[in-house]
Amino acid sequence: MTGERLEIDGVSKRYGDLVALEDMTFDVRAGELFGFVGSNGAGKTTTMRVILGVLSADAGEVRWAGRPLDLPTRRRIGYMPEERGLYPKMKVGEQLVYLARLHGLSEPAARESVRTWTERLGVAGRLDDEVQKLSLGNQQRVQLAASLVHDPSILVLDEPFSGLDPVAVDVMSQVLREKADEGIPVVFSSHQLDLVERLCDRVGIVRSGRMVALGPVDELRTGDTVRLTVAAPQAPHGWADGLPGVRETSYSDGTTLVLLERDADDQALLRRALETGPVHEFGPNPPSLTELFRHVVSEA
Amino acid sequence: MSESMGTVAVIRLVTGREISTRLRSKSFRITTVVNLVVVVGFLLAMKLIGGSSGDAVGFTPSAEPLSQPLAAVAEGFGNRIKPSTVDQATGENQVREGKLDAFVTGTPEHFEVVVKQDLSPNLRNAFTVLARQLALNAGIARAGGDPAAVNAAADAARPDVRSLEPARDNQGPRMVLAIIAGILVYVSIMIYGQLVAQGVVEEKASRIVEILLSTIRPWQLMLGKVVGIGTVGLIQLGSTAVVGVGAGLALDAFHFPTGIVASAAAWAVLWFLLGYLAYALLFAALGALVSRQEEVGGATAPALMAIILPYVLAISILPADPENQAMAIASQVPFFAPMIMPMRIALGVAPAWQIALSLVLTVALIAGLVWFAGRVYHNAVLRVGARIKLTEALSAR
Repeated sequence: MTGERLEIDGVSKRYGDLVALEDMTFDVRAGELFGFVGSNGAGKTTTMRVILGVLSADAGEVRWAGRPLDLPTRRRIGYMPEERGLYPKMKVGEQLVYLARLHGLSEPAARESVRTWTERLGVAGRLDDEVQKLSLGNQQRVQLAASLVHDPSILVLDEPFSGLDPVAVDVMSQVLREKADEGIPVVFSSHQLDLVERLCDRVGIVRSGRMVALGPVDELRTGDTVRLTVAAPQAPHGWADGLPGVRETSYSDGTTLVLLERDADDQALLRRALETGPVHEFGPNPPSLTELFRHVVSEA
Repeated sequence: MSESMGTVAVIRLVTGREISTRLRSKSFRITTVVNLVVVVGFLLAMKLIGGSSGDAVGFTPSAEPLSQPLAAVAEGFGNRIKPSTVDQATGENQVREGKLDAFVTGTPEHFEVVVKQDLSPNLRNAFTVLARQLALNAGIARAGGDPAAVNAAADAARPDVRSLEPARDNQGPRMVLAIIAGILVYVSIMIYGQLVAQGVVEEKASRIVEILLSTIRPWQLMLGKVVGIGTVGLIQLGSTAVVGVGAGLALDAFHFPTGIVASAAAWAVLWFLLGYLAYALLFAALGALVSRQEEVGGATAPALMAIILPYVLAISILPADPENQAMAIASQVPFFAPMIMPMRIALGVAPAWQIALSLVLTVALIAGLVWFAGRVYHNAVLRVGARIKLTEALSAR
């Protein structure tokens, strides 16, 4: 199946004087894993709730396949809310069948799908247990199953990895990748940036209700500069300052971090380093998503 | 995958979940048993208080001709006799064992009544009248008259009675009926109304409401819940009514027409239905204002008071004063009617026009509450956290 694009276009939301979202705009392409990161309260959850229609936006629009999302289309979204939501006293199996049927599946199809997904997620043995009797990790797996049992055409998951053990994180990652590979847009939020970096095709960083950085992870990490590590123990402090194309430098223990413009001549920098003595290391050292995130988020 | 699912299908799913989970719940089993115990207990008490189904009286073969006249006399008092013919020894044994209330020996002209300790007041009256009648008969025969003709004339004689107010039959049993109906309707509305509030908050507290409302509309969820829980209540109350009427007939506990019992039961079920709908909508709206089960009591207190107050007034005033004017007026007031009207109907004091008026007003109230509850629920159910003010929930977009 070829999926369609999910577009969030100029969405704004205020609570009195508090701006929750301001012109939030991004899209999640078919077959793409989109990571949504930002500090607590930045607007990730609000955005997702607007996508799901449980919150109405003051302005802007959410579209799928070029048309504004309506209830029948929203029924095709698989959603995992930030605050986990299941009936605590209802049996896992009955609950999942019920949710699948609310999303439009026939009873036999719902049962079949529940069987498939609970087996896949390793909770098939707990179908007859009440949800509240499960460990938090297993409840989380059931929650993921709840977002998948109706074979969704869009996946919107708020913090799907929080509270998972490493094995469950692997299963969750695999499933998300798989769903994206089936051609549906997958968007999830997370504070585990190493995971986002590893998993996502593109990321969006939100701050105070605005999208402040958006693009493939590699592109965001580098941007229009290249960060180089130069290990030249005998180089004096300040040796690279003022060289053509050098934007920023930082020195510590004989290692220098140089932020160089992308089209500047890095070989000139290397020659200059060699003039100071031996150079043990000279190479690109792009910032991690975590560093980038700190940088972007702290820019107020 | 279906592109769209009809409203009916959605509500049926929600309703089905409510019914299946609640029918299996422990609280449903407990309240059903309690209901049945209350009803059957009342019926047994009624049977014991309202007189037995007949006094067992044994006759020796020689005294047997007295059984017919004794039964006739007893019937004149509204009592019944279960006659049997036994020999002397067996009869006395049965009296000792309590199987017979009285044992008649001797001859029709000169009989003796054997009892364990003493005659019951009913039997004492019957035997006294019988003895007098026999003495009279003997006197009439000695005077050359025909005892049969005199008795026939005496039986036909009746006092002329003129009532200043319309008579009401069966006051005592009707009162018991009214109390049972009142208690059952009150308790059912109370239990099932609160279940709606708790159910709404359960979905809010567990946050599943967010998943549900990304799939279905708020009013569909609210209505499905109200209908589902109401169906469970109806199953419980309906089965209680059927078992109650059935057990009453089997126990022979009703000393008046079954039609009265059946109609009181049917009205009770109808008023439960209307009262439940009104209060369930109110409870759904009030429940949606809070996010934790501990807050449900506080949020729904006004509705609870509106249920308790009329019930307490009705149950304390009506049995002593069925035609109380204030209760007659209160039984027309929409929120009060469901608790008071079934009692007044069972008491036989509600004129048709009052019943009709209260029905119309209550249905109108329900229509208004559908709007009110729909709006409050829609605006409040996704807002988690501090308790939301009712005015705020009503005025929000």
